[in-house]
Amino acid sequence: MEAIKRKKIKEKIIENFFLICAFVAVVSVLAITFFVFYNGLKPFVSNSYPFWNFISGVEWRPGSNMYGIFYMIVGSIFGTLGAILLGVPIAILTAVYIAEMADSRIGKIIRFAVELLAGIPSVLYGVFGLGIIVPYVLKISPMAQGESLLATILVLAIMILPTVVSISETSISAVPKEYREGSYALGASKIQTIFKVVLPAARSGVMTGVILGIGRAIGETMAVMLVCGNPIAGIPTSLFDQIRPLTTNIALEMGYASGVHQELLYSTGVVLFVFIMIINLAVNKLVKTKVGS
Amino acid sequence: MDNKVKFNTKNLDLFYGDFQALKSINMEICENEVTAFIGPSGCGKSTFLRCLNRMNDLIDCVDIKGEIIFDGKDINGDIDVINLRTRVGMVFQKPNPFPMSIYDNIAYGPKCQGLKDKAKLDTIVKDSLERAALWDEVKDRLNKSALGLSGGQQQRLCIARTIAMNPEVILMDEPTSALDPIATLKIEDLMQSLKKLYTIIIVTHSMQQAGRISDKTAFFLMGEVIEFNETPKIFTNPDDKRTEDYITGRFG
Repeated sequence: MEAIKRKKIKEKIIENFFLICAFVAVVSVLAITFFVFYNGLKPFVSNSYPFWNFISGVEWRPGSNMYGIFYMIVGSIFGTLGAILLGVPIAILTAVYIAEMADSRIGKIIRFAVELLAGIPSVLYGVFGLGIIVPYVLKISPMAQGESLLATILVLAIMILPTVVSISETSISAVPKEYREGSYALGASKIQTIFKVVLPAARSGVMTGVILGIGRAIGETMAVMLVCGNPIAGIPTSLFDQIRPLTTNIALEMGYASGVHQELLYSTGVVLFVFIMIINLAVNKLVKTKVGS
Repeated sequence: MDNKVKFNTKNLDLFYGDFQALKSINMEICENEVTAFIGPSGCGKSTFLRCLNRMNDLIDCVDIKGEIIFDGKDINGDIDVINLRTRVGMVFQKPNPFPMSIYDNIAYGPKCQGLKDKAKLDTIVKDSLERAALWDEVKDRLNKSALGLSGGQQQRLCIARTIAMNPEVILMDEPTSALDPIATLKIEDLMQSLKKLYTIIIVTHSMQQAGRISDKTAFFLMGEVIEFNETPKIFTNPDDKRTEDYITGRFG
């Protein structure tokens, strides 16, 4: 009896240990959310800085007590949008090529390259952007510097490739071969089969890849910081204008900021947080309604 | 029974790598008849069927020797495969409607051939569904997903989809093996009415089905055609002992 009891206690302890492990993730997400929101909402609750000035302002001059992030929001959106418009088609066509066309040897080489791309630390993307892309942009730019929205878009487009390619490829490969056979048997060509049957059937998986790609693009900090220019004011109106995305604003100044300045950096984080939530929910909804129809 | 010969195969061999799946098949398949292929699993009947519209092209390391003459031309030669498949349609074992609307499923083939005229497409969709005896059941839900149909309806949709191409031949690879008896009967009735317009070649595991619907039957065994003859003859008085053994259920 004693032995059985001991065994039961042991089982219970182990089970609770697993539970604690599982709680680490839950507690972390709650703690981060609470911490960012608590600090980020403080200046507006205590009225030390007006919310409207913060969200609609187009200048960020901590020295003169001006903290406007509207031009950063625009910069973040443009950068992400551009990266998606450029990167997603390339990624999907790459995935189609690997999954449907390439012979297995070439497919393996491309897949390996894409996986390597995923493993490169983001600071190295930034260094590459600064060393190669920025000088090229400078050559065609009317501006005095190459750091720009365009350079940011190019770097981000490369960075989202691995995510979108690998998830799209998995979902394209998962499309039942019966669909392809049915299409070929009706006299469709390979290209028709891919674009009219296979890709639509893989749509939800491809969209998941795109959502993750958006998440990566909007949240990327290190690589972007090196190529975007980080101006202190101004809504970007051309591809050659500098931008200052929300992420880099936080990273650049959090190290030394204090008081209201520091709290407003947290507020920037809140805006970023809300943004990612909205995008995720919107895209999720879009995918669901489309698949449902 | 003086129908014109539609397919004529001469010494057809097929290899999957080193494995010979078809051995010297010589067969004449006539127009406007239902020809059934029977035989135990792995005997090569589906493989042979898939030769007739070059679906084996999709499989790696398949090597085909011999000729398949279709309307005077060897289809293993230098022909337009897409054109061949529009003339020789195929219905598969598992109903495989595309994950799109019923209308789009039928319009898919004609659209791939470049037909854009909405009125013409509408006519094709209606005609095809009527010929496949599905129109009355789906006419109010043409824009709903085809995946919402029952298995039997899906299979008739696949037949309608094939008919929409206005083919000369329809190949059917065990088209009722995934269906219940009532849906099976509907498909068999359909085949009877379709054979006036099309040449039908069907692979089936059901001897009763071959007996009910086909004009001629070929018995396959280990990649060879053992016997090919009028269906009543095969089922009542086969020439070969192995055919008789199979039909009476002594093996298979």
